[in-house]
Parts: sequence; structure tokens; C-alpha cells
Amino acid sequence: MIAMSSRYSALALARHALTGKPWARAWRSADPKPAYDVVIIGGGGHGLAAAYYLAANHGIQRVAVIERAYIGSGNVGRNTTLVRSNYLLDGNTQFFEHSLKLWEGLSHELNFNVMLSQRGQIVLAHGPSQLEVLARKGNIMRLNGIDAELLDRADVMRLLPYLDYSQASRFPIHGGLLQRRAGTVRHDAVAWGYARAADRLGVDIVENCEVTGFVRDGDRIIGIETNRGRIAAGRTAISVAGHSSAVAAMAGLKVPIESHLLQAFVTEPIKPFVDHVISFGAELFYISQSDKGGLVFGGHIDGFNSYTQRGQFPKVQSVAECAVALIPAISRLRLLRHWAGIQDMTPDGSPFIGRTPLRNLYLNGGWCYQGFKATPAAGCCLAFTIAHDAEHPLARHLSLDRFERGNGHDEYGNGNWTYRQ
Amino acid sequence: MATGPTGNDGMLRIPCPHCGERDYTEFRYGGDASKIRPPHGTADARAWQEYVFLFDNPKGAHLEYWQHVLGCRQWLVLERDTATNAVGKAHLARSQGSP
Repeated sequence: MIAMSSRYSALALARHALTGKPWARAWRSADPKPAYDVVIIGGGGHGLAAAYYLAANHGIQRVAVIERAYIGSGNVGRNTTLVRSNYLLDGNTQFFEHSLKLWEGLSHELNFNVMLSQRGQIVLAHGPSQLEVLARKGNIMRLNGIDAELLDRADVMRLLPYLDYSQASRFPIHGGLLQRRAGTVRHDAVAWGYARAADRLGVDIVENCEVTGFVRDGDRIIGIETNRGRIAAGRTAISVAGHSSAVAAMAGLKVPIESHLLQAFVTEPIKPFVDHVISFGAELFYISQSDKGGLVFGGHIDGFNSYTQRGQFPKVQSVAECAVALIPAISRLRLLRHWAGIQDMTPDGSPFIGRTPLRNLYLNGGWCYQGFKATPAAGCCLAFTIAHDAEHPLARHLSLDRFERGNGHDEYGNGNWTYRQ
Repeated sequence: MATGPTGNDGMLRIPCPHCGERDYTEFRYGGDASKIRPPHGTADARAWQEYVFLFDNPKGAHLEYWQHVLGCRQWLVLERDTATNAVGKAHLARSQGSP
């Protein structure tokens, strides 16, 4: 009976409606135990996903997720909720497709509705050469079994009639690339769903517990120090989004990462209007519409190192300019909110999932703009790396030492520190 | 001297030694200024890896390059707190050697 009622279903919903009792907590509030097989630092989407896959795929259940604040308080709740797998470079293509496939089954796997909406994403081309690049990308995707459709101008006009097609448009629309399986996910539900599923498999989720240092035995990490005492750990992983440098520094590691601000924006709600995810081709700008009706969009990072979680206003203006250049009809909408997240930026724009120079310490970080859509695959690969002390085949190109080996993995060919371009 | 911002809420303003305090939008960011370039001819790949790719990336006091592209076009070294955006002093980068 208890097991039945703790599983979400239409029957449970009906039973709950009749009894009227409050829903039970979805996961335990755990106090830290003295020792675990695996400790994951960071209770965001990636850390919780890794804990879940450790228990579900690898049978490792003495696992703790250590979170400084409350779970999901970082970037898993600050992104623009987009998921897609339209990547060009070998390695990225397969990694992000694996992620999208996991997204497609996630609500059932976790027994938690993450509200995946495969509304399709359209990347726009504003000239013939840009469309050729998109054609190449689409061909690479299709060779990897990923859906992609090349659109000409008439196709785009049919799908997105509200864009600026006028003679006066600053960036004429020439065509685009459509991935129908791309879309959005309710991001908070990802943290909650993974937390609940991991908890049911025995994982301890410890909130309000801040890491203050690492316990070392020679070149081996054997535990962590926290504001709630020492926790011994067979293996330890860092999965802390924009604070990878700070936590790695506690272990004496210097990593190829700078922390930058990325802002996101939501307008006042309007009736259903933008039915797809749209990526502007003339600037880094992407827009979709939430279920509540707000237009959700974002652009480039602010452009200088920062941990403030408060964006600068000039970026609000330049992002709004992109929005209006693309969709003039929204020029009079008011912004409801805008916020900033701290994200790791790396020299080639690709992340790190793998081992570190210290034994039994693993790093998942450097996610640049792509952390949210990668959540299931990042958790899956990090769990594999922890369980086997080896890189996951899908994440071999994401090793921490790739720069000293001359193996940078640069999707856009220009690095990702925008100020160096 | 720098009078503002700082704090989180205002426009980031940078005290240019030539032009006075200006909005950061007049400047181009150049990253960490605390590192010293290995001498030409250095054969140790690790020294270059350290210089090009690895960063302290502190949450707090940071020394960084900015170029006043819409002003005097000089490269500056600025002290700024990355946790609060509070700005300290700036001096010309060439006064301490080339970037």
C-alpha cells in the first residue's frame, strides 16, 4: 500500500483527490552519514542524475549528493529549458543524441512528468553560405540517425509566419534547419524527478551542506570536509556548474575554466504564438514560449568573469534588439523577469566529464551554454566514469587534459571565450 | 578615482587613467592579467598549457585586462572583485610590460 501510494499514476491522483491528504514528501531529507561509496558534490540536475544512474545502472547505492543550498537552486532552474541534438562535431553529435533519447524516455523512467514538449527547433540561415553550413550539419545528423530537415525560405514562412520577411529586414531569412524532436522540458521537474528516483534507490540527498575542503591521502581523495562534518568517500565527483574552479581549487587543482554570467529573460504571458524553438542565425539568440505564455529567450554571456548572478543592463538591450529584429510583433511586450546564472566557460566551448589528476576524484563541469540539454547524458556518463574509473565511450573527447594534448573540441571553430574572438 | 559602482546593481564603470571613469561598454575585455607569458623559445609545453589554458578564476579579487576601444585605445589592468563587481584601481598595461 505504501509502495503503491508512493508511485505516481492516474489511480494515485484519483485516490489523492478523494482522500484530500497532502502529498507525501517526494524524497527524504537526509543527514550526512560518516561514509559513502560515492559522494557527489552539487545537487543540480547533473549531480542528481549521476546519483540516479549510479544506483540504477551500476548498482551503487551508498551514494550521497551534497548540496550547499537546496537542490535545483542553481542553473537547472535558470536555463531556457531547451533540449536538442543538432551538433556538428563527431563526439558532440552522438553525445547530445544520447541525451535527447534519454529525455524522450525520462518521464516514464523516473515516474515523474518532466513535461518534454518536442515542438521542434528551427535554426535560421540568413544567407546562402549559412544555409550550406546548416545543410552540412543536417547531413551529419542524418548520417548519425538523427532527424533533420532543411527548410527553404518558403518553408520557414509557412512554419513561422510572424518573423520579419520585409524588404527592410536587417537579416533576411534564407532558410533554416529543423529538428522536430527538439523542444523544451520543465526544468525544475528534472531536479525533482531525478532526486525522487535516486532517493527511492537509497541515495542520500543532503541539502544545506557546503563543502569546505577535501581529505587527501597522497594523490588520492578519500573524503570531503563540510560545514556538517567530515564525510569519507570511496569516490568523489565535482558537479557544481559555475563553481567548478572554486571547488577544484580546494583539491589543489587548476582547471581550464572561467566563470561567466549568462542572462535569460521572460516576457509577460501572451496567447499561444511561438509554437517552436527558434534560433536566430545572425546572433546568438534563441526564443520559445512557455506553457504559461511567457516568451523565454536568451543570448550571449555578459563577457567578463563574474560570480555575481546579476546581469548587466547593456546585455538586456542587445538581447532585446535581437528579439525585435527577428519578431517585430513583440516589440511592445514587457519583460516580466530577467536573471543570470554563473556558468563555466572553457577554451573550446566543450565541457569536461572524466577523471582528474587526483585519484578517485572526478569532474563534470565546463558546460558553457549546453548544460541543461546534456543533463541525462552527463549524469549517465559521469556515473559510468565513477563506477569504472574510466571515461565513458561517449565522453572520451571531453577529458580534462585535452588541451595539453592538442585535442580541443571546438564546435564553432572560434573558441567560446567571446572576448577572445 | 573610481567612485562607482559598485555593487551589483549599477553599470560597471571603469576608471581609465587617460579618459576618466567610463561605462564598461566602451571597453573590450581581455581576461586574466595576473599571468606572465613564458619567454620566447620556451620548450616546456606545460608552461604554455599553464599560460594559455589554466586560470585561477577567483571568486573575489581579480586582475584583468581591458582595452578602451572607444576611447584612448590603451590596454589597462583593472582590479575588480568578481563576487561583487566592486572596481578598484586601473593602470596602463604597458607600465608593467606587454600583455
